[in-house]
Parts: sequence; structure tokens; C-alpha cells
Amino acid sequence: MKAVCWHGSQDVRVDTVPDPKILNPHDAILKVTSTAICGSDLHLYDGYIPTMKSGDILGHEFMGEVVETGPEVTNLKKGDRVVVPFTISCGNCFFCNRDLWSLCDNTNPNAWMSEKLYGHSPAGLFGYSHLLGGYAGGQAEYVRVPFANVGPLKVPDGLTDEQVLFLTDIFPTGYMAAENCDIQPGEVVAVWGCGPVGQFAIRSAMMLGAERVIAIDRLPERLALAAAAGAEIINYEEMDAGIALKEMTGGLGPDCCIDAVGMEAHGTGAMALYDTVMQAVRMETGRAMVLRQAIVACRKGGKISVPGVYGGFIDKMPMGAFVNKALTMRSGQTHVHKYLRPLLERIQQGDIDPSFLITHKLPLEEAPRAYKIFRDKEEDCIKVVLKPFETASSLPAAVAT
Amino acid sequence: MENSMSTQTPIDKQAGDLERWASIIGGGAMVLTGLQQRSLKGILTAVAGGGLVYQGTQGKSTVKQVEDAVGLDHAIRVEKTVTINRSAADLYSFWRNLSQLPTFMRHLKSVQVIDDRRSHWVANAPMGQDIEWDAVIVNDEPNRLIAWTSTDDAPVENSGFVRFQPSAGDRGTEVKVVMEYQPPGGMLGTMIAKLFGEEPEQQIGDELSRFKQLMEAGEIATTEGQPKGA
Ligand SMILES: NC(=O)c1ccc[n+]([C@@H]2O[C@H](COP(=O)([O-])OP(=O)(O)OC[C@H]3O[C@@H](n4cnc5c(N)ncnc54)[C@H](O)[C@@H]3O)[C@@H](O)[C@H]2O)c1
Ligand SMILES: [Zn+2]
Ligand SMILES: [Zn+2]
Repeated sequence: MKAVCWHGSQDVRVDTVPDPKILNPHDAILKVTSTAICGSDLHLYDGYIPTMKSGDILGHEFMGEVVETGPEVTNLKKGDRVVVPFTISCGNCFFCNRDLWSLCDNTNPNAWMSEKLYGHSPAGLFGYSHLLGGYAGGQAEYVRVPFANVGPLKVPDGLTDEQVLFLTDIFPTGYMAAENCDIQPGEVVAVWGCGPVGQFAIRSAMMLGAERVIAIDRLPERLALAAAAGAEIINYEEMDAGIALKEMTGGLGPDCCIDAVGMEAHGTGAMALYDTVMQAVRMETGRAMVLRQAIVACRKGGKISVPGVYGGFIDKMPMGAFVNKALTMRSGQTHVHKYLRPLLERIQQGDIDPSFLITHKLPLEEAPRAYKIFRDKEEDCIKVVLKPFETASSLPAAVAT
Repeated sequence: MENSMSTQTPIDKQAGDLERWASIIGGGAMVLTGLQQRSLKGILTAVAGGGLVYQGTQGKSTVKQVEDAVGLDHAIRVEKTVTINRSAADLYSFWRNLSQLPTFMRHLKSVQVIDDRRSHWVANAPMGQDIEWDAVIVNDEPNRLIAWTSTDDAPVENSGFVRFQPSAGDRGTEVKVVMEYQPPGGMLGTMIAKLFGEEPEQQIGDELSRFKQLMEAGEIATTEGQPKGA
């Protein structure tokens, strides 16, 4: 089959590899009909997540049709159309039982690696480094899905792939980011990053009752999409986002601050230069300007939510501000399983149509170019969906926003 | 060895020692920290047999018994605990059926049960060779503890115990493995070192996670055999 493989920093290729096989009794094999590239994939693409190996198959946002099931798969059968959470969970451990699916104890065969770095191992993830399980990902024609009784959700016929694909990650991720803010009536939510995760965080904050949402980015097309959802916007290249936030909130600062950017934040000024240098020489693994800015901007007693991914260590954490302003911070890889059904209902009820995000639909072969334009934010790229079984001629050249 | 404690300790102090050891093995603290210079084998057999002098079936010399009781410096010791969301009874009965151990202990080829106490172990060693030894269960408390030691002719002397203890707050059972082994010198020693991995803690930790996966999730997570690019 064809699969998108990582071969090194900024080197992804479409390789011909063997088809996946059932390896464990609870496995299923999926024929992938749609798969997306995520901001998290860019951290791999740029080489900031350790323990990748040349030839690793990428991709953790995918859906498709069940073509084979292991002997102990009881919930699925051949032909079922499903979306698959990017987190792999057993359904039976302490964490799965408490709805903390991304912390599952039993799905990372390389748990010892994460235990060394993090003290404990989180769940295995599709296509996201050996530290997090080393599972082959779904940017491929076929993919093996472990614990198929637990993860995959059957989707109703009336909904298109484009409407439900983002249930695999970014919609639940934006939603959990907003939920982690514990938004109270009247509260103001600031969202750094208007990428896919930020866009869903903005819309989720509104669904969860935020009075105002302020969105921060520098890319006009992304800011426009945020504004279309009803957010007020700050272009951080035109003004200091920290000062603007204070001014826009009567000097209080936003009640809730969401870092939907993560470890590859851009910035201006001395701190940004410091981060770039430190990250380049691997003295720190994340450029934390957004997190720092969020902590300083947040109102006293406010809440910080971090869906943005950090892999290792960051520098110059303003711990003084965090302590003396009595802030709360919550984070995590998304507990996708918890959100699948409720968010599918939101889509069915018409509260939201996640396909608004898609700017590019491309055949799988175009993955190398897709990674590049998504990373460099060229062609107004916001979200790429790859179609393993379609050709350039069967797909529209580009989907306009 | 002349002033070894086991030969000079008065009987009442010895009894107090034993109680202390029994409570360390059954308690919540780190076992190995409490062990210090004593050998695990000595302690296990003492607690099981009621005296600090080894009462095993092998009929050992006094010198050997004393060595067992006070321990040797070059022993490798590991202690690892994992919490498993199953009852102590379930976990004990899976483990007590020793022939099932190779399902989650990767370096083992087979464990053959000889009788209620004795078993024969075969482990894969590098270069296609096998290492074999016999082990004796020295303490068997159903649903709570299994302690074993290898017999005297084992190429690698090893002893240990696995303990199953209901954990606080409905979290299942804490499974603790404490092991000690004496790698021999020479070629065999090098092979053994490879067998147990460069980091025995990690090896035992991996085995315990696989045991947990099997008992909680019904399978052992793997990626072996999945596709990858050239
Ligand atoms: N927690 C999870 O489970 C989870 C799941 C998916 C994605 N993520 C993470 O969420 C983050 C965003 O993902 P995405 O797909 O939206 O990525 P993306 O790269 O498309 O979006 C990031 C956005 O942040 C903006 N940005 C950069 N620096 C900024 C700054 N200083 N201030 C404000 N905005 C800034 C960029 O212009 C871009 O629009 C990534 O770190 C990704 O790994 C986490
Ligand atoms: Zn993602
Ligand atoms: Zn689990």
C-alpha cells in the first residue's frame, strides 16, 4: 500500500510499504477514506519530537471503512464506516474508567521511554513517535487499529467524511481546551493561535457560554475565520498582544487563556530570539512565548488551558506570576473517546459543521507538498485532508474558504 | 564472615528480626531499602522456615547457609511495583500457574511445573543458547505472596517474591516484585547480563506492564509486524 513516511526533519515521502495485518485479537484493519494533517504533525515534521525513526508512518487523524477484524472484536464488522480517536485506549484501566483516555496505562509498548522522560507513560498515539507507542499512523491506504471495540465510532450515513473527520482529534481538542477553562457566565476567553485547534477552541468556548472570545494570530485568513465565528481579533504583529488584552478587558485581563499554539510559537523581540537560539541548539525543546504571555496576561485567579503540545522542556517559565496571581493550569492530550458521541450529536443537531476548516483536499501522493504548505501557511492553507483512494482529477483543485 | 549476625544473634533478637522482616515484606515501604546488606534469599527462606538459618531441601554446608543469610555485595537487586485493576485472587492464580509466566516474561522460553513446590525454568540466551535452572517455592500464601529461590546447581542464583496487596481506594491490587540474582563471572556472566538487560529494573518493569496489559486489557500491546517505509 501507499503510506506517508517520515524520513527526517522536513523529509516526508509517500512510500510503498506492506499492508497492515491483524497483530492482536482486538485489532481491526481500516481502509482509509480521509486523513488529515495536524499541527501536531508539524512538530514531527520539524524534528522537535524525539524518538522518530526513518520510515515511520505518519498520521493520527483518519477515518474509513472496516475491512477486517480480529477474533475478539465484537462491536464492529466489515463495511462499518468509522472515525478513530488519535489516542489508543484499552477501556479497562484506572484511567479509561475515569474518562482520562489519553492517559491509558496499557497501550504504549514503549512505556519505559516515556517513563524516563515524564515519570509515567501516557497512552499510545497513532503515528506519533516511539516514545508514544511507535504505532503506524493513518496517512496511508490502510491502517491497523488496536482496541477496536473501544475507540472507533460508527458514523451515520447522512454525514460526509468532511463533517465528521475532525472528531478524531481537533474538534474534541478545541472543545476540551474550552472545557478545561471551566467557563463561567460573563467570562472572557482569550485564544492564542487561530489554527484548527484554535478555531475549534473559539467555537467551543462560545458553545460553553463565554461572553466574549478574543483570538490572537498573525495570519489574516485565520483571523478572518475567527472573526466570522464572532471572536474579536488581535494581530500580534500589529500590536503587543499582552497590552491589547489588558486594554480590551478593562485592565482585568482575560478570565481564561488558551494556548492553542504550543512549542513552535513565533514571536518578536528579545525573548523570541532567545527561544529560537535555545531550541536550535536543543537547550530547550519548546519555544514557550505564548505560554509565558498567557500567564502574564491572565487575570488574577484566572485559568490557563494548554491544548498546544510541548514535548520536553521549556525555559523562563514565569512561575512567579503563576504563583502570585493564583492561577490554575490544565492540559493534556485530548481524551477523545469522552467527546466522540456528544460532539457527533452537536454536528447532527447542526450546532457546528466542522468542514468549514478545510482549505485543501488532495490525493495522498501530494502529502510532501501538503506538509510544506501547511507548515509555511502558504496558499492560505488552514487544514489539509488527504484522500488515499482519490486522484487529483477527482478532487477540486483547492477548496475556497 | 566470622562475626556474622546469624550465628551470634541471641534467639529473642533473632525472633524480633524475623518479625521485622515479615512486616517489611508485607508492608508498604521499599523492601530493598530495608534489606541493606542482607540477602533477599536469606530473608525469604528465614521468614518461610522460621529461622535465620536456611532450612531448605538442599542440605547445605553451614558456611553456605551463613552466606545466604548475610548476603553478598555483588548481588543485583530489583524492586518494582505496579497497580493492576483486578483482584488479588485473579492475579495470584494467573501467576501461581507458573507455566503461564512466559506469556509476559519475554526472556523465558518455558516453565515446567514439576510438583507443588518445584519447577524447571528455561530462558533464551543470546546466540541461540538456553539457560536452565530449577526453582523451589519457599513461601506460598494464596492470594498474597509467592516466594522462590533457585536450587544450588542453578547457573544464576536467583530468588525473589511477588506480592499481591489490595490497594487503597478501589484501585485494584498492588503487585510488587522483589528479585535478587548473582551473576557469575566469565562468558556465562556476560550472557546473563544480556539476558536480564542492561537495566534489570526496566526489564522487570516491562514484564510487569505486560502482565498488567494482559490482565486488564486482555492482550499485550505491540507494534511488531506492522508496516514501515524503507
Ligand atoms: N492536546 C492535544 O491533544 C492536541 C491535539 C491536536 C493538536 N494539538 C496542538 O495544538 C497546537 C495547534 O495545532 P494546529 O493544528 O491548530 O496548528 P497550526 O500550526 O495550524 O496553528 C498554530 C497557529 O498558531 C499561530 N501562532 C504562532 N505563534 C503565535 C503567537 N506567538 N501568538 C499567537 N498565535 C501564534 C500560527 O500562526 C498558527 O496559525 C499544536 O501545538 C498541536 O500540536 C494538541
Ligand atoms: Zn492532531
Ligand atoms: Zn486504559
